[in-house]
Amino acid sequence: MLAYIARRLLQAVIVVVGVTLVVFLLIHLLPGGPARAALGPRATKAAIANFNVANGYNRAVPVQYGLYVWHLVHGNLGYSYHYNQSVLSLLEANLPKSALLVGLAFVLSLVVGVPLGLYQAIRRNKFADHAITTFAFAGYAMPNFWAGMLLILAFAISLHVLPAEAPQASSVASILADPRALVLPVVTLALVSFAQFSRFMRSSAIENLVQDYIRTARAKGISNTRVVFRHLLPNSVTPIITLIGLTLPIILSGAIVIEALFNYPGMGYLLWEAALRQDYPLLMGFTIVVGVATVMGSLLADLLYAAVDPRVRYD
Amino acid sequence: MTDRTQVPGVPVVGGGMATLLGTPVVATVVAGPTGAEGGEVTSSGSMVRLFLSVFAENRLALVGAATIVAIVLFCFLGPVLYHTDQVHTNLLTANLPPGGAHPLGTDNVGYDVLGRLMVGGQVALEVGLGAALLSSLLGAAWGAVAGFFGRWIDSVMMRVVDSVYAIPPLLLMLLMVTIFSPTTLMFIIVVAVVSWLPTARLVRGESLSVRTREYIEAARGAGVTSTKVIVRHIIPNVMGTIVVQTTLQVANAILLLAGVSFLGLGTPPPSTSWGAMLNNGLNFIYDGYWWLIYPAGVAIVLTVLAFNFVGDALRDALDVRLQRH
Repeated sequence: MLAYIARRLLQAVIVVVGVTLVVFLLIHLLPGGPARAALGPRATKAAIANFNVANGYNRAVPVQYGLYVWHLVHGNLGYSYHYNQSVLSLLEANLPKSALLVGLAFVLSLVVGVPLGLYQAIRRNKFADHAITTFAFAGYAMPNFWAGMLLILAFAISLHVLPAEAPQASSVASILADPRALVLPVVTLALVSFAQFSRFMRSSAIENLVQDYIRTARAKGISNTRVVFRHLLPNSVTPIITLIGLTLPIILSGAIVIEALFNYPGMGYLLWEAALRQDYPLLMGFTIVVGVATVMGSLLADLLYAAVDPRVRYD
Repeated sequence: MTDRTQVPGVPVVGGGMATLLGTPVVATVVAGPTGAEGGEVTSSGSMVRLFLSVFAENRLALVGAATIVAIVLFCFLGPVLYHTDQVHTNLLTANLPPGGAHPLGTDNVGYDVLGRLMVGGQVALEVGLGAALLSSLLGAAWGAVAGFFGRWIDSVMMRVVDSVYAIPPLLLMLLMVTIFSPTTLMFIIVVAVVSWLPTARLVRGESLSVRTREYIEAARGAGVTSTKVIVRHIIPNVMGTIVVQTTLQVANAILLLAGVSFLGLGTPPPSTSWGAMLNNGLNFIYDGYWWLIYPAGVAIVLTVLAFNFVGDALRDALDVRLQRH
């Protein structure tokens, strides 16, 4: 296990370095470089030269990268010129709110997707299976913002039961104080990953259903319920752990659109604003943080999976 | 039997593919005159026919293929038959409900929604197809090279894939869209850059297993260069995966473009796309202008579903081949 952890940890470190390289590369792809990004399109040549000297952008590229990483590990993610705040402080203010949204959506899609997938596997090729498959396919094919618009039309405008806008509050506690307003954003975001979990669970359970241990369990005369919940469920649900790691980038992408649609005051909304206003330092800083978070997420998922299923360690 | 008869553009399929859905095709292949040793199909003509017949067995795939044809005709031939002005605004005809001269109504600046659906679809299809092809090309080349050489080259190349994979696709797109000017070609490149990773991983996995086969060893033993082995032997053998991935990537690319356009960062006006139409429709969601919200959404869903159906059917057809080994 220790060897596996070490190997996986090393891999994660390399990927984190890779993420910083990708973002660093993008900074240099900017027309005019980072100075143009900071000072805007009308900056004079002299101002750009001054900026480059002051920030070390006149040095050799490897040195620049070294400086960039040096700043990053010291918590200096850059400075948002639009908000006139450090990216780190913006992050501290908004990340918890997005984590709440993403976390709730994750839990909801797991709680709905896993049992549905299991049920489908048991009732394979019956009507219920086909119905849920159709629904999951629709979930795949539907742009999440459109699904959100339809939900707003139905529940906020026609039925007047839920607000169309997310809670407009500045802290996690005050957002939680308005749970009704959270329903539509969370449900819409959960739709993104629900289909993946249910489809994955279905095929995983179907694969397990034909295994010998299930047949043995049935042959021993164990009740159907017990076979499903004690044998089938634990064995087919474990691979989902890795899927959670893989779904993270997708659900975070979804969060950007959903926060924009529901006016949810989180990191996704801020990112959207940053993109519209070409606030590069903010965009780049957030990209690094999200990238590192994703790497950590899949690392955790893999380690958890290895702890649950010993076979993985010897790959 | 160290080599396979290869038909350009058609995935390498053994006779086992025909067992899809347990159709009677199986018998004809296994026992038929074309079924050589191990069910290998040696006659190219029968292989194409076999492939088509298996594909045709899957009704969803046919529906999907027909839908794709219909949508392509609608978007590219439609404007020729149904003339609308999608450049000049006309406030006198703004916000008209469906009916009369405007079967799907007009939007807030007087554009005919039906005509706009066609124009918007052109961008979606161009970016979808272009990005899918480009991403497959990139992913296949990357994966094949990594899988073929293995060792440290594989490690380095796959860590690059992991690094880009860690950044959520939409976030990476937002970054690039703000850096480069938003044109159709740029969107094709940007979408391809964020979506070549799954293809690279799949192709790498397959080429890792393909490269250990005897005929590859034989080719290398005969002094064939690495480039030639990859292009002539590895790529044709993973062609099935590539074709499936390309089809599914079209759907994926259309959704990504819709997302970015919905955020107001798509191709600039007067050009439009289905996502941008929905972004505009959102402004009138309280006014009951349903024709600004349903048609564009339905168009996206239909297109994406159609490509998914075809892609899934292709994968089913090829999966059986994989199980055989």
